[in-house]
Amino acid sequence: MPEAKIGAIFDEMGLNDQECRRAYLGLRDWLNETPADILALRREEAETFFRKIGITFAVYGEGGDPERIIPFDIIPRILEAAEWRHITKGLTQRVRALNAFIADVYGPQDIVRAGLMPADQIILNDTYRHQMQGIKVPNGIYTHISGIDMVRVSAEEFYVLEDNVRTPSGVSYMLENREITMRLFPDLFSRHSVAPVDHYCAELLTTLSSVPPRHCDRDPTVVVMTPGIYNSAYYEHSFLADQMGVELVEGPDLYVKDDIVYMRTTQGPKRVDVIYRRVDDEFLDPLAFRADTALGVAGLMNAYRAGNVNLANAVGAGIADDKSTYTFVPAMIEFYLGEKPVLNNVPTFRCGEADDLKYVLERLDELVVKETHGSGGYGMLIGPKSTKAEREMFAARIKASPDKYIAQPTLALSTCPTFVNEGIAPRHVDLRPFVLAGKDIRVVPGGLTRVALTEGSLVVNSSQGGGTKDTWVLED
Amino acid sequence: MLSRTADSLYWIARYMERAENLSRILRVTDRLSLMPTLAGTGSNEWHSTIVVSDCEEGFYEKYDEATAEHVISYLAFDPDNPSSIRSCIEAARRNARSVRTALTTEQWECLNTTWLEMSRMKESRLRGGGLHGFLDWVKERTLMFHGGTVATMLRRDSFHFMQLGTFIERGDNTARILDVKYHVLLPEHAEVGGGIDYYQWAAILRAVSGYRSYHALYHEGIKPWLVADFLIMREEMPRSLVACMGKVKECLDHLADEYGQRHESHRMAGRRYSQLRFGKVDDVFGQGLHLFLEQFIDQNNDLGAEISRSYLM
Repeated sequence: MPEAKIGAIFDEMGLNDQECRRAYLGLRDWLNETPADILALRREEAETFFRKIGITFAVYGEGGDPERIIPFDIIPRILEAAEWRHITKGLTQRVRALNAFIADVYGPQDIVRAGLMPADQIILNDTYRHQMQGIKVPNGIYTHISGIDMVRVSAEEFYVLEDNVRTPSGVSYMLENREITMRLFPDLFSRHSVAPVDHYCAELLTTLSSVPPRHCDRDPTVVVMTPGIYNSAYYEHSFLADQMGVELVEGPDLYVKDDIVYMRTTQGPKRVDVIYRRVDDEFLDPLAFRADTALGVAGLMNAYRAGNVNLANAVGAGIADDKSTYTFVPAMIEFYLGEKPVLNNVPTFRCGEADDLKYVLERLDELVVKETHGSGGYGMLIGPKSTKAEREMFAARIKASPDKYIAQPTLALSTCPTFVNEGIAPRHVDLRPFVLAGKDIRVVPGGLTRVALTEGSLVVNSSQGGGTKDTWVLED
Repeated sequence: MLSRTADSLYWIARYMERAENLSRILRVTDRLSLMPTLAGTGSNEWHSTIVVSDCEEGFYEKYDEATAEHVISYLAFDPDNPSSIRSCIEAARRNARSVRTALTTEQWECLNTTWLEMSRMKESRLRGGGLHGFLDWVKERTLMFHGGTVATMLRRDSFHFMQLGTFIERGDNTARILDVKYHVLLPEHAEVGGGIDYYQWAAILRAVSGYRSYHALYHEGIKPWLVADFLIMREEMPRSLVACMGKVKECLDHLADEYGQRHESHRMAGRRYSQLRFGKVDDVFGQGLHLFLEQFIDQNNDLGAEISRSYLM
């Protein structure tokens, strides 16, 4: 059973009376030279820029402006080349293992036979798609695009907090944040040797083109599929399609005839080979999944099964990023790859197991409790910040269905210097790098850094007042 | 190109053109309403505006009487009226969001900014002489959008679909603006060709930015048959029916060249254009101006539907 511990807070620049860390020396000097009113002015410019080009995410049903801008913190977060090499190595390993796991789930299920994972963990999981059983996906790749959420607690220690292998979003912010930093602070930028990220979309297209369906002997036609303009990540969908120079389609733009997928164009039907779909499994095909949806394409699963179209990510990949599956990932790495994990998991308690449950219920005031299927920071209890009433409510919920909850120690997430009303102050951050898996695995040097703008807050989710930062990886 | 993308482009252009023309219609009505009317005859300009804008049904569900305030509110700001200026701008911007990648940055930023400004605008700004400032703003934004389109878009199918939307809508709207004159009756004792009649025709010319152009072309006072000739038969006038139909035909020809395929819509557009190009204004008056315009609007609708069948579904 893991142990819960809380350490001192690590600031990545060294704001907490530590010495300024090497990667941040240039930034420190620049901050000393730059008056706060200039920073405030630049922040305003940044907001105008985001609003003008319409980089918004949609929050419906809460009143107010449904098209919100995620606050952008103008101070970049900086990682050193060596740190990044370590992260890349760990991410590559992790994504290889996750792919091997999904292939196993929809194939022989060796991991169950080896006694490493209970069969129920797979078959009773809401994200398990029996429709995928026996389907051979091109190159055995199920998660072509993965967003791996990481946190840092010290100079050396990075943890993986969660894997996102369904339709992870946020990469457009990685790219736009870089654009805007270069535009607002050319002097700061030119003092550093920052590894570029703007080839991400080219890499994405290469990745998608490298996994054509079985029956495709042409240069594959790739499209991005979106649920439409009301989706919170719609901006990103259109951004990616634009940058790759491919069509952005919605369900009704596609149809299936004789197990072949076509899109409706002004010049008649055009065949589609690879779909980067940002539509959830259940909405993809009303004949195979939920029938009450207009977002999908009737017959898509048949075309997929027949090897006439490939979907990225694969249907059913979600089995690998379920929060209860997460605890098995280190074991997967050893089982499938015969390697020791480069990046560790956060120690996690499974409330479904009696010992863990007892431990968790006794220490609700220290732990973070999460729903195994929740996302976006909803349905979460942060022990040290909670009230007695909240803890009692969670205790009741956990006892009612312990399988639905996991708990983790409240980590002392690292902080980064952030420009807030009081000036430059440390705020907690996490990191989501993006991993592309096709014929080979690629990681663009950077990612989405999310920052909790409220002092002391650990919740970085944009739906709950988090912001973003540009993330720099320095070259040697 | 995706049919849905083409459809959205076509409608973005139509909505922006409609917003512009609504502002023109409101301007002409406002001007007409300033005319002295003889006591007891009542003033019907505002009602006529509702009729030519084709929204009688929705309007009278909401209001009993066509007062200036009601009509302006309904045509300019009302979100319940799918054809109000506000609704048009919103619809254009919504369509633009769904096809952003097919638009140039300039077009998108223009639409986005226009919508942001519109959504922040308070209706109260229309009162107390604020109407003209608002109408100027609409014209400025829509003209900027057209200018941005012509100046920045690659000349290929996407551009032609937008142009099709612009000219199908503009033809329809010019016909409606001209038809305002039919619905606005002269006061009982005013004489045809007299001061008030003159003033009404002049207001129509102003609404289509054609007052000075008319004089430049005809070197005469304002005569009803010449105004009709100007707005129906003169290709030099960029808002005339024949000019609009000529552009529609031209766009369809470009698409046929690009795609190597012709459709029923090509035949229809060619025929409509020839009828206008080689027609005479005497025939229009022989048939009756109002009837002619009604027929034009119907045929224009049919052509729009046929274009949809050819490319947009």
